[in-house]
This record gives sequence, structure tokens and C-alpha cells, in this order.
Amino acid sequence: MAKIRVETTINGEETEFLCNGQESLLEVLRDGLGMTGTKEGCTTGDCGACSVVVDGRLVPSCLVLAAETGGRTVDTIEGVADGQTLTPVQQQFLEHGALQCGICTPGFIVAAEKLLEKNPNPTEAEARYFLAGNLCRCTGYDKIIKAVLDAAAVMREGRA
Amino acid sequence: MSAPVSRFEAPTEVEAAVALLAEEEGARVLSGGTDLLVQMRLGAGAPPLFVDVKRIPRLTAVRLDSNGLRIGAAVPAAEIYENDEIRSLWPGLAEATDLIGSTQIQGRATWSGNLCNASPAADAVPALIACGATAVVAGPKGERRVAVEDFTTGPGKTVLERGELVIEFEVPAPAVHASDAYLRLIPRTEMDIAVVGAGVALTLDAAGTVESARVVLGAVAPTAIRVPDAEAALVGSPLGDESLSAAAAASTAAANPIDDKRGTVAYRKKIAGVLTTRAAKVAYERAQAR
Amino acid sequence: MSAATDDSNRKFKQIGSRPIRHDGLDKVTGRARFGADFTLPGALQGVFVRSPYAHAKILKIDTSKAEKVPGVKAVITAEDLPELPMSWVSQGPAGVDSGANQRVILAREKALYHGHAFAAVAAATREIAVEAGRLIEVEWEVLPPVLSVDQALAEDAPILHEGQKTEGAGPPVEGDTNITNQIVFEGGDLDAGFADADLVVEGEFETPMVHQGYIEPHACLVNAREDGTSEIWCATQGPFGVKTETATLTGTDPQTIKVTPSEIGGGFGGKIPVYLEPAALALSRKAGRPVKMTMTREEVFRGTGPTSGSKMKLKLGAKSDGTLVAADLRLDFEAGCFRGSPVGAACMTTLSPYVIPNFRILGRDIVVNKPRVAAYRAPGAPIGSFAAESLLDELARKLGRDPIDLRLQNAIEEGGRAKYGPKFGPIGFKETLEAAKAHPQYKTALEGNQGRGVAAGFWFNAGMQSSATVSVNPDGSAVVRTGNPDIGGSRASMALMCAEELGIDVARVRPMVGDTDSVGHCDPTGGSRVTYATGMAVIDATRQVIDHLRARAATMLDVELDSIEWQDGNAVAVNGASDKGSIPIEDIARKMGATGGPIVASASVSPPAAGPGFGVHVCDLEVDPETGVSRVLRYLVVQDAGKAIHPTFVEGQYQGGAAQGIGWALNEEYLWDEEGKVENAGFLDYRVPVASDLPMIDTVIVEVPNPLHPYGVRGVGETPIVPPLGAVANAMRDATGVRFHRLPMSPPRVLDALEGAE
Repeated sequence: MAKIRVETTINGEETEFLCNGQESLLEVLRDGLGMTGTKEGCTTGDCGACSVVVDGRLVPSCLVLAAETGGRTVDTIEGVADGQTLTPVQQQFLEHGALQCGICTPGFIVAAEKLLEKNPNPTEAEARYFLAGNLCRCTGYDKIIKAVLDAAAVMREGRA
Repeated sequence: MSAPVSRFEAPTEVEAAVALLAEEEGARVLSGGTDLLVQMRLGAGAPPLFVDVKRIPRLTAVRLDSNGLRIGAAVPAAEIYENDEIRSLWPGLAEATDLIGSTQIQGRATWSGNLCNASPAADAVPALIACGATAVVAGPKGERRVAVEDFTTGPGKTVLERGELVIEFEVPAPAVHASDAYLRLIPRTEMDIAVVGAGVALTLDAAGTVESARVVLGAVAPTAIRVPDAEAALVGSPLGDESLSAAAAASTAAANPIDDKRGTVAYRKKIAGVLTTRAAKVAYERAQAR
Repeated sequence: MSAATDDSNRKFKQIGSRPIRHDGLDKVTGRARFGADFTLPGALQGVFVRSPYAHAKILKIDTSKAEKVPGVKAVITAEDLPELPMSWVSQGPAGVDSGANQRVILAREKALYHGHAFAAVAAATREIAVEAGRLIEVEWEVLPPVLSVDQALAEDAPILHEGQKTEGAGPPVEGDTNITNQIVFEGGDLDAGFADADLVVEGEFETPMVHQGYIEPHACLVNAREDGTSEIWCATQGPFGVKTETATLTGTDPQTIKVTPSEIGGGFGGKIPVYLEPAALALSRKAGRPVKMTMTREEVFRGTGPTSGSKMKLKLGAKSDGTLVAADLRLDFEAGCFRGSPVGAACMTTLSPYVIPNFRILGRDIVVNKPRVAAYRAPGAPIGSFAAESLLDELARKLGRDPIDLRLQNAIEEGGRAKYGPKFGPIGFKETLEAAKAHPQYKTALEGNQGRGVAAGFWFNAGMQSSATVSVNPDGSAVVRTGNPDIGGSRASMALMCAEELGIDVARVRPMVGDTDSVGHCDPTGGSRVTYATGMAVIDATRQVIDHLRARAATMLDVELDSIEWQDGNAVAVNGASDKGSIPIEDIARKMGATGGPIVASASVSPPAAGPGFGVHVCDLEVDPETGVSRVLRYLVVQDAGKAIHPTFVEGQYQGGAAQGIGWALNEEYLWDEEGKVENAGFLDYRVPVASDLPMIDTVIVEVPNPLHPYGVRGVGETPIVPPLGAVANAMRDATGVRFHRLPMSPPRVLDALEGAE
């Protein structure tokens, strides 16, 4: 069967790819487009490592079919930084040492950016529940949550 | 031979979706995909045809009026619980929706998927039943309305026939002094399937006496179940220790769960009672406050 | 080099600071390349085919149908690897059993657990490889599985390995057996000790098999080339181990294999063993194409990791004043399908934090039809500690003593003997206990249904072999290269030690992890050894570089070498030559070409010992008495780091170990059906802690210098997972009045126990 041709916008760039009907967005990003910043931890939506944003919604890219994204916008970890400038979330992850192995980090950052867009002043509990779908096995989450809350503070000051 | 390849279609009209589902045996509706694609990954195999229904305007529309809510079947959980009006009118239903998986999953998962997957542990289903919701089904013979309560017939089984899909839900507006609550028990704080879920909707009179009650349990029977004895126990008086413990006992008695990796029969029966009491209290407070 | 700690009054300029890790940028932007992020043109996808039975003889495997599938380029079974004999007695110091290791990768005579790989297929796509794998026909003789210690020890138990005898000490075992090894440590007079005790507490304890739970599944890319050489890119804790193991198991000359470690997405011991690479190499050779193999999450749970499930029995005797006088401990550990559980380490660690004059410890390594266990962070120690710390808590309750005071009273000190013989050098156990007691959390008032638990723990930490190379760039910056994959910030620690010695800013030191051809041998990143041992090699190499720099400066200033001291990045003339002034590293480096050429130095170390790490944890939790659901409210980790090189990453190790231990205590466990199939091979039902399950985890870094390291460093990675099982269980006891002897303390178990106690 012929492959499906999909036109979509990834990190602001119009992108075209071919895929099979059952291929996930995660597979196409990583294997088809070489965008390996989005990580695979489970392929069943349980770990958050493959988090991306489709049409403004945070989703697990392992549970999105690539063919669904025609005409939609996809934002990944590769598009988070503004050119050469890290976002406050990225910068706070570095300052706090909020990563050890780093495999969960792209998913956490994509999710945390979305959290702070929706809720610029989250409580610790709100941050923990919003990010509960992102598993980290190294840090015990302490420094991650602190980095997110501090990034929120930095962003609020920036806006003020 | 080679590995099977699936077709993918994204119709923009209900009729086209129905036609696709009717023509291809084994075709599957794709709304959120959070059950369908997981089952595929865990060995169920890919269906011959995915019918992505998210480009059908009627399936993504949200309309609220004095009669209640009419909402497209492909609206994701996140959009539902982010809706302030829905949260204030049906807080328990919003809670249940907010409990379906992680934030990421909520960006995809839908009520229709939760219902059609027909897991006894689906979080939205007891809450929808408690609120008296109806599913609008489209199929080759046209549209029909099925109470959510009557929709699931067993684990993985529903009233849907070939070519049919859920296109909308209708949730009637609550009465003046009415509200709902949903609670579930999971071992962690997030990311688990309900060991037991309990949805309670109560309508009070001006004095605070419970006029009507719906008590629905999840994960304790092949489908979500209403507990008429618990409902009867709650009706006719303001919520008190006596009616609450009678309702809890009724829920424990009505629960008919299995032992599995998520919980034992004895545990689930006990928890069914505990959650009935707790959800009833929350629903009562909310109803009083309205 | 000097193996002794420098002047303990040394004022560090950079050690103890918290620079941003050098690899951080790539990890927050998605550029860092992990195991599954590599590919090559023409690479095939390789998959394993796994046993549907937990215990079955393989009578015949027919791969012909699979081989004919279009797109399939190679199919292998154990027959494609040279047959290596099983060695029942451990060979060599590391206890390597290549025959067993090979049979873990591809079953030969028998499938020994559900999911045991017996064939592998390489094809154009993963889907084709999976489909082809289904066409492999096997004649099985299905055998009854052995799924627990009790089943393995039953008189009529099926024997996993015919001819298996019990090695080691202890009571003799007749005939073929599932007990592969017995370990005994004894001291004093046990009977006299218990006779002398005023109070005896005892209990039987049980812990489930649990998985390391790293988020990155195993992955590798292997390219076997026409000339017999091959390249491997993979996520591993030990690239040199991958090289030697892949060579041994495939019958290849190790010198032909180059291993490039990728970034690694967690390991905790579970990425020391080799699973994929030998199969991928054999497939690549057969297909004449590069082969990429990545495990699914389900495969990770079914076929890799775990650590032992256990049954334990402990009896403790004490005087009425709290002095411990006797201990009798039996540890039965599941090894999985081949020998090699960490029961030996558990025997050594469990009672060693305390002075107990009379003791007997018996450990048994028992094979069962489950995946062969792998190292998991302080292997064995958390399991034994759960029993010991639970009973110490009981003792404190019975005696009406504060649990920290009771531990202080019995704590081992410098000069005290570990139960396995050696005397401890300087250790910080008492200091950690005192710091825990002084912490505000210990005084926070508890409310109804809340409880507080204390537990301590100990881990040896490892030394082993490490190498490092330091080179100076013409601008006076430096590169430090080691062979240890950076799993938690070790690049920053290596750079800090190099920068401290050189006296330049840490940002001017670029740390890198080399491949197996570009750096001397390094044992794996594991055993809490990298900052300690590899760090020593870095310090040694840097000091050699400084000697070179001094010599060049002496030439440039025309003074004797003895008259040049290295101070803060400058060669300074002293001893009567001080009128000659000084030269900064930048100027020496710029003129390297004219003064003798590039400056590079390498060093290697093989410290036989390390500095033991002691930790004390305090857990506050709350239980919902109607549901059995518990929540950790506050958690404190106090641990002796010797010297914290990068405190942020030391804290990170404390917090991460605590979180894993809390998961083990409360919810994590493998669930098996009657046939030995894992029922929860995914993150949905294998319940690791999520962000909303945990509070902030408070940390206190105690620093009692380790005399074996120039800066006093002790390993810190493993000790933090030792105390949590006991700390959480003791908090649960405090909150509920019930002593839990079996993990995990999941809500149904807790509610059951609460109702049983009524």
C-alpha cells in the first residue's frame, strides 16, 4: 500500500513526510525526520518521555498517529529554545541540576513549558500533579519541581 | 508476506465516517487513541483502517444551554475540565475527566473512548451515569440515543453495532440544589487505573433533604453499576451518619469485583463503601452550596 | 601518586561549588544522543524472539520459515554463538560465568523464564522482524516452573540446572539443588550471646523482586565490517565490559571491537550486564549490514534487570540498657535463572553498621524461573537492611528508647570490625546519626494517623580500575577524558577536580567520555566509584600535567624545577628565585610547541578499597485508615559524602536513591501468574513513584574525609537506597501500630493489616 503523504508544521517549519497508517508521530519524528530529542520510554503513554505539543495540546507522541498531524502544528523539544537563547525552564533545569541521566529531561521541559503557559504561578502540588505523567527515576523529582517553580518566578518577573 | 499496513482516513462528515466503518471489517474509530494504540502496541495488532473522527465538526463542538451540555465525542478530556462552566455545573464529572491518565493523556483521551473501550474501571463512565448522560450514536440506520448507563454490556463489550460510532454526549442540566462528585482509589496519586471508582449525584430540596440520588460504582463489576439500595438509603433525609453507613453497606454488598493485579475482591468491596460515603459527602456539600 | 588525603585544612577554590554541568545544554535542548538515537545507512532492525514458557526444554528450533520472509536478512539462535560451558564455580574475582551470560542472551538447552530470548531476527523494519519471529517453530518440553524461594527449596522441586551442587560454606546440601551457593559469617558465641540477652526480638521478612526502572530501554547499534572489526554504539554503564563480553560470547578477538558509549538514560546497575550487543554483532555479521536493536518497555521488564526477591529471618538480642549482644540472620535470595544474587553483599552489609559481639549470618543464593538478576544500586543491602532496621525499631520501642539514640549506642566506629572481617577506617556513621537527630524534621510534631520512622544503612563503595587522560590546549584550557559514561553529572565532577588542581576556572576544562580505543581501561560506572576512583586518576593525571607545566616554566624563566611552585594557575618562582616572577598557564600553554611539545598526561588507578558510606533516613508519613493508602509527608536523607565535589549532584544521588527506596517500600513489585509470566510488564502497573507521590526530599551532607582519596571523597550513589525500606516500614509502624514484614506496603496490604490488628 502506498504511504501517506503528510504536510504539517513542526516547530514553525512547514514539513512534509511519508508514513504508514499505523506509524506514530514519535516514530516519524525520531526515525523519519531524525528529530531524536523526543525520547521513547514506553510507547504506551505511561512515561512522558515523548511529550510534544500538537495544536497547542500537550500529548504523548507515541499515542498520536503521524497521519493525524496533517495540517496541524507540532512543537517538540528542538523548538523550545528561542534560537540561541534558552527559556527560563531550560535555564533553571541547568541551574538546579534538575537532571541526572537526562533521558526524561526533554519530556519534562516540553510539559513544564505548557504548565507555565497555562498557570504562571503554580503551587508545588499543582506542578507535581501536572507533571505526574513524566517519570524520572534518577532525581526523586525534588530539583525538577524546584526548577519549574523557579522558572515560573523568573517568567513572572520578566513579564512584570 | 510482509507486515500489515493500515489505512488511515479522516472524514469531515458523520455520514462518511459511518460509511467507512461499515465497509471495512475491523475498522476502528480513532479519537484520542489512548486505549486503541496502547492495545496495538501490546500485541493486539494494527486494525486495517483507522477512522480519525477529529475533523468532523460535530464531534469537536461544545454547546451549553439551559437544557444542559451537548458535547462532541472527540473533545479531549483536557478541553472538558478546562471549561469553567462544565466544572461548575458538573464538578464530579469534571473531576472524573481530570483523573483519566496523565496531563499528556488528557490531551488526547475522550469520553467516547473511555466509554467505548468498555473497561469496568473507566473513570468518566460512573460520573456520566451519575449525571444521567446520554450517548448519541450514529450508524448506517441513522442516529439513536443510548443512556450511558445502558451502553456497556460487559468488559470490552458495548451496544455498538458495525458501522456505528458515538458522536455526541448529552448531559442534562442539574436542578437548583444538585451536584455531583467522583472519587477513585489508586495506589499512587496519579497514573493508575482505578481500583474502585464511585460517582454520586444528589438533588436536595430547599431544606437540605436528599430528594434524589444516583450512586454509581466502577471497577467492581463487569460494567459500571448503579447501586439502587445505596440511592434509596440516601434519599429522604439530610445526609447523616445513618444514611451514609447504610449507603456504604449497600455499595459494599452490590460490588461484585474480581481479584486481579490491581486489587482483591475483599479490598474492592470495602473501598466501594468507603468511597460511596466520601463522594456522597462531597456531592452533598456542593449541592448545598449551589 | 599519594593515596592519602591531602592536608585536611586545604582550602578548596572550586571543589564544593555548583557549576552547570558541561553536558547540560545538550540535555535540555534534546541534542544529547542516547542509545536509541544512533543509526547508520542501511541499518537493519533486530529483535529477540522470546519464550512463552517460564521453564521448558528446547528440543528443536526451526527458523526456516522466518528466514524466507521478504525483508529478513538474518536469523540467529544460540547455535550461532560458540558454545561456552556453564561454570558452576565462579571464575576469577568478578565471578564471571560466560556460559551463563551467553545463555541469558540466547537460551540454549532450556528457556529458564517467561520472556527468555531464544532467537533473534534482523530485518528491514521492526514490524517485519517481529512478524518473522512469530514463524520460528520450536519444539518445547514444558516443565513446571519454580517461582519462589519456597518452591525452589521444596523437596520435590524441579531442578533448574541438572548437576547443580551447592558451593560455599554452611550446612551441607545433598544432591542436585537449586541452592547454588551458601555464605556464612560468624563471630563470638551465638548461644552465649542470646543467653546473655535481656530482650530478644525476631521476625521473618519478605521482599519482592523489583526492577531498576531506568526510563531508557536498552539500545545498541552494531556494525560488523568486512575486515572483521566492528563498531558498537550503545547505552551502557561499562563500555569496556561490553567490549570484552561481546568478544567472549561471540568468540571474537576483543581488539577488533570498538565500543562508543552513548549518553545513558539511567542504569542503576541494570546497564552493566550485556543483553543486546553479542546478538546484534552476530546478526550484523550474518547479514553484512549494521544492526540496531532496541528493547520495548515490556522487554525491559520481562528480560532485564531485576534485583532479588527475598525471604529473611532475623533474631536480635540486647541487654536492657540497649546494648546489642547477639544476632542470628538468614537471608534467602532469588538469583533468577542463574546463580549470582547479591546475597553475599547483603550478608556483609546488613549487620555491619552495629557492634554485635556474637552473630551468625547465613546467606543462600537460590535459582528460580525468573530473569537473572542484575546489580541494582547497593545490591542486596536494602533488602537485608529492611529486616535489620525493622527489628532495631522494635527493640527501641520495647526498651522505650529513641531510635536514633539506640543506634548511636550501638554504632560501629573507626577501628570496629565489619561482620565480614576488616576493620573500618574513619567513617561518619555517628556524625550522620547526630545530624539526623539535630535536624528540624526530627522535632516536627506529628498528627493523627501520622508516623515517623528512622533507619540507617551502609554500603562499601567500590574502587576498581580507572584511567584518565588530561591534555592542555594552546590557550591554557584543558580537556579531561575518561571512560566512564556520565550517568548523573560525573563530567562536572571530573572537570572540577582537574580545575581545582590546575587552578583554572572549571568552565575552561572540557570533560569528555571516550570510546574504548581512546582512553585506558575503566571499569563500569557503578559501585559509587567514579568520583572516587576515576576522580583519583584525574587528579593524578592533572598533577603530572602540572609537573610538565612547571618544567616548561622553569625553562622559560631559566630557573631550577625545584624553584617553581604551582599556585592558582600560575608557575611561580620561589626559593631565592622569586625575582623571576611567575608565568600564567596561558603563557606556558601558548609556548608549549617551543618548550617541548604538547602537554598530555595519563594516569590509572586500581584502589583495592574505597571509603564506606553511611546514611540515616527519617520518613514521616500519613496513612488513611479507611483505605490503607499512605503518603510520605516529609523525608530526610543524611549521609557522609567524605567530601562533596559537586554538592548539587550529591544531593541528587541522595534524593534519587531515597525515591527508589520509597517506591520499593510502598508500591513496586513484580506480579507473576501461576505460569511464571510477569503480569505488570509496564509502567502502568509496575508503579514507580510519580512526581505527585513524593514531597521535597531534604538532604544533609556530612563530610568525614575518606583518607584513601586526596580530597576525602566517598562514593555517594548507592548508600541512599539502603535505608528507605526500613525507614518507611518504621514510619508505617509508628502511624498504624502494625509491624509490616512484607513489602510492598501497598494499600490493600495495609488495610488488611489494620483490620487484622483490630
